[in-house]
Amino acid sequence: MDAPARRARRRFLRNSAGLAGVLVVGFVLPEGRGRFAQAQEPKKAIAPTAFVRIGKDGTVTVIVKHLEFGQGVLTSLPMILAEELACDWARVRSELAPAAPEYAHTAFGMQMTGGSSSVWNSWDQLRTAGAQARTMLVEAAARQWKVVAADCRAEKGFVLGPGKRRLSYGQLTEAAAKLPVPESVTLKPASAFTRIGTSTLRLDAADKATGRARFGMDMKGKDLHTAVIAHPPVFGARLKSIDAEKVKAVAGVTHVVEMNRGVAIVAKDFWAAKKGRDALQAQWDLGRNASVSSDSLAARFAEAAKAPGIPAKKSANPDAMKSAAKTIAADYEVPFLAHAPMEPLNCTVELTGDGADVWVGSQFQGVDREAAAKALRIPVEKVRLHTLLAGGGFGRRANPVSDYVVEACEVARRAKVPVKLVWTREDDIRGGFYRPAYLHRVEVDLDGAGAIAAWRHAIAGPSILAGTPFEPMMVKDGIDPTSVEGVADTPYALPNMEVSLHTVDAGVPVLWWRSVGHSHAAFVMETLIDEAAAAAGQDPVAYRRALLAAKPRVLNALEVAAARAGWGSPLAKGRARGIAVHESFGSVCAQVAEVSLVEGAPRVHRVVAAFDCGLAVNPLGVEAQVQSAIAYGLGAALFGAITLADGRVQQSNFHDYRVLRFAEMPAVEVHLTGGGERPTGVGEPATPPIAPAVANALFALTGKRARKLPLSSMAWA
Amino acid sequence: MSRFFVNGEQVDFRGDADTPLLWALRDHLGLTGTKFGCGAGLCGACTVHLDGKAVRSCVTPVASIAGKRVVTIEGIGNTSRAPVALAVHEAWIEKDVVQCGYCQPGQVMSAVALLTANPSPTDAQIDAAMNGNLCRCGTYQRIREAIHGASAALRKA
Repeated sequence: MDAPARRARRRFLRNSAGLAGVLVVGFVLPEGRGRFAQAQEPKKAIAPTAFVRIGKDGTVTVIVKHLEFGQGVLTSLPMILAEELACDWARVRSELAPAAPEYAHTAFGMQMTGGSSSVWNSWDQLRTAGAQARTMLVEAAARQWKVVAADCRAEKGFVLGPGKRRLSYGQLTEAAAKLPVPESVTLKPASAFTRIGTSTLRLDAADKATGRARFGMDMKGKDLHTAVIAHPPVFGARLKSIDAEKVKAVAGVTHVVEMNRGVAIVAKDFWAAKKGRDALQAQWDLGRNASVSSDSLAARFAEAAKAPGIPAKKSANPDAMKSAAKTIAADYEVPFLAHAPMEPLNCTVELTGDGADVWVGSQFQGVDREAAAKALRIPVEKVRLHTLLAGGGFGRRANPVSDYVVEACEVARRAKVPVKLVWTREDDIRGGFYRPAYLHRVEVDLDGAGAIAAWRHAIAGPSILAGTPFEPMMVKDGIDPTSVEGVADTPYALPNMEVSLHTVDAGVPVLWWRSVGHSHAAFVMETLIDEAAAAAGQDPVAYRRALLAAKPRVLNALEVAAARAGWGSPLAKGRARGIAVHESFGSVCAQVAEVSLVEGAPRVHRVVAAFDCGLAVNPLGVEAQVQSAIAYGLGAALFGAITLADGRVQQSNFHDYRVLRFAEMPAVEVHLTGGGERPTGVGEPATPPIAPAVANALFALTGKRARKLPLSSMAWA
Repeated sequence: MSRFFVNGEQVDFRGDADTPLLWALRDHLGLTGTKFGCGAGLCGACTVHLDGKAVRSCVTPVASIAGKRVVTIEGIGNTSRAPVALAVHEAWIEKDVVQCGYCQPGQVMSAVALLTANPSPTDAQIDAAMNGNLCRCGTYQRIREAIHGASAALRKA
């Protein structure tokens, strides 16, 4: 970092310590430095704070600490701050924050984006920052007019005072910046909100529709090299030897770097690097995973489930489980899933004389920055991590072991040139860190009237948290909560429920995938509840209603989805409906799916969703996230599966790892059923219900029960 | 050497003849609006217009396009298709289509090609024309609405 940047940084740290909205004149964010600065807008700050800068021209720039990867934080978070700032929305811009401790998640303590938490964890922080800035602007105007601040008010980017006095925020920003930051501010009551709760168009739409938006993949620079990595063919395999002669003969290849996890080919451009990799001859010690297959893993999960597991939930009265009139016993299998974001993984690293710049679309800035420092063998303070737009992520860019960031750093350190590491789609599909495969083994006892009398539920599969730095914090008494969430904490009043966990190390790297454990839990829970309703001869909505009497939010979402979908009304021949409801990330989503079979294959025509995310900050954005979560979950439910044979992943690209295509998108209707004064999670909670809603509709249509995902693996016709 | 035209400018490409057009655009010409998604013609993120037709630039070697005219997302507003491109851009903003945005340049290029050939497409025609453009954020529904919106705006104009 050069001297001005260091000064700016020190000033930033001093002034912002412990306070969210500190105004500091001349603060320059520690990004846009280094040789690839052209990728960033120049920053001429007048009166910035950690979260907002107001220019002399009245432009309000909100600094967004979270990654923008589709979920709309470049719009929803500025809305929260702008509400309290009382500025003109037409003058609001937004930009991504650099990696810095000031931008830590308010609940999780480090800078990160995940768990459908961007809006709710920023809620108090950004409202306070907006109110602080507004208070300072009002005070600055009052001093200039020699009146008391209480006689002034802020409105649409102006401070209005006695006798038609009026000054714009742009006129006041310099004076306001010299004032102390108020320690306590009054926030608006929810009833006075004018921006929050109003459907608002995205601020990043024009740049994204015209190709101007810059993603990590778009980093460029005169000396910037491209690296691709030949990864091991089997997870955990080690490099034995290589023949790099043919690689080096490829025009444009500059370096071949042997690494623990593969061989990096560095070249002047992507195509040369890729051709270099194609020419590589490498021998591997395949290690203990060389014989792993999907079948062998399924057998291991089934074997594990025979023994008693670790209890995640215990029945109050185990003896009650012996008098069932009928028992539904089922094994459910769900596969590994790749995240497959549209933008393949990438990371750009440049070592400078005084440290390093890392450019990456990261969900885990805090973790990635520390991992980069370790891989580069420099102190963490010397790593400037710049967050760029990411083309999707769904959890893949939040890796506790920072896999592709570490790779990029290692290549840059060893090749001694600025490097953009690019994963190809094949690397992405075969690169591990999947949603874990699981086995659920469940027995549901019904009494003579068809009511649930007991529920015994065993889950077997890999742990996402085991072996990560999060394990000591999050794994309690051997239970990885991400393995059992959505089951052990079901909102249904299920008597005599036992849940047990069998953690099995599959030798396959696993990770959180949009909605994490809920992605499979909802499928199992909601198809079983449906099956219990059918066994009882009851309507699926009515049966659920009786079990949700103590859960008004869940019940309300269920009722609204059913009503809006016309539950029980006649459908065209060959069509059927199914319903599911699931609670996750503090929110509830109920969905009714309408399906048919087209040439024997399931086709989803319409989905009616009722969604309770508390106070919806941007209803238009929430609707988009519900559509998105359904499309993402539906593609996986119908087609998604990563399988292994001889230790090798059998899929490689979008032809054999099928995702939802345009013509397969159902018409999704979204009804917001929440309210109140605080927001809850939005990005993920609409993913879990789609698989069971579709599976239940297919049962209604065909009489067949799905026990396995993806649904296309079954013969339905 | 392969000579072709990109956004109206002559390009004499001296790299490998098997270089896909995508990488010539991105790495050699600095036109990064055209995206890399799969490298196999499976996702549509790299869609450009080649002599007016929507093609996947990731599977189009530069050797195969000698003398041809390439238009990318950066250049589409400066062609005879500018009115269609403008209508598409405006509809995309009005319908709040984008999410992560990475696939959107390709979606826009496919939509402009569709509306140029068929100014009033039906849902089924939109599905058929757009089915090669993947979006992992699931913006398909709003894209469909935006294409209808752009179509209506063009009819009024």
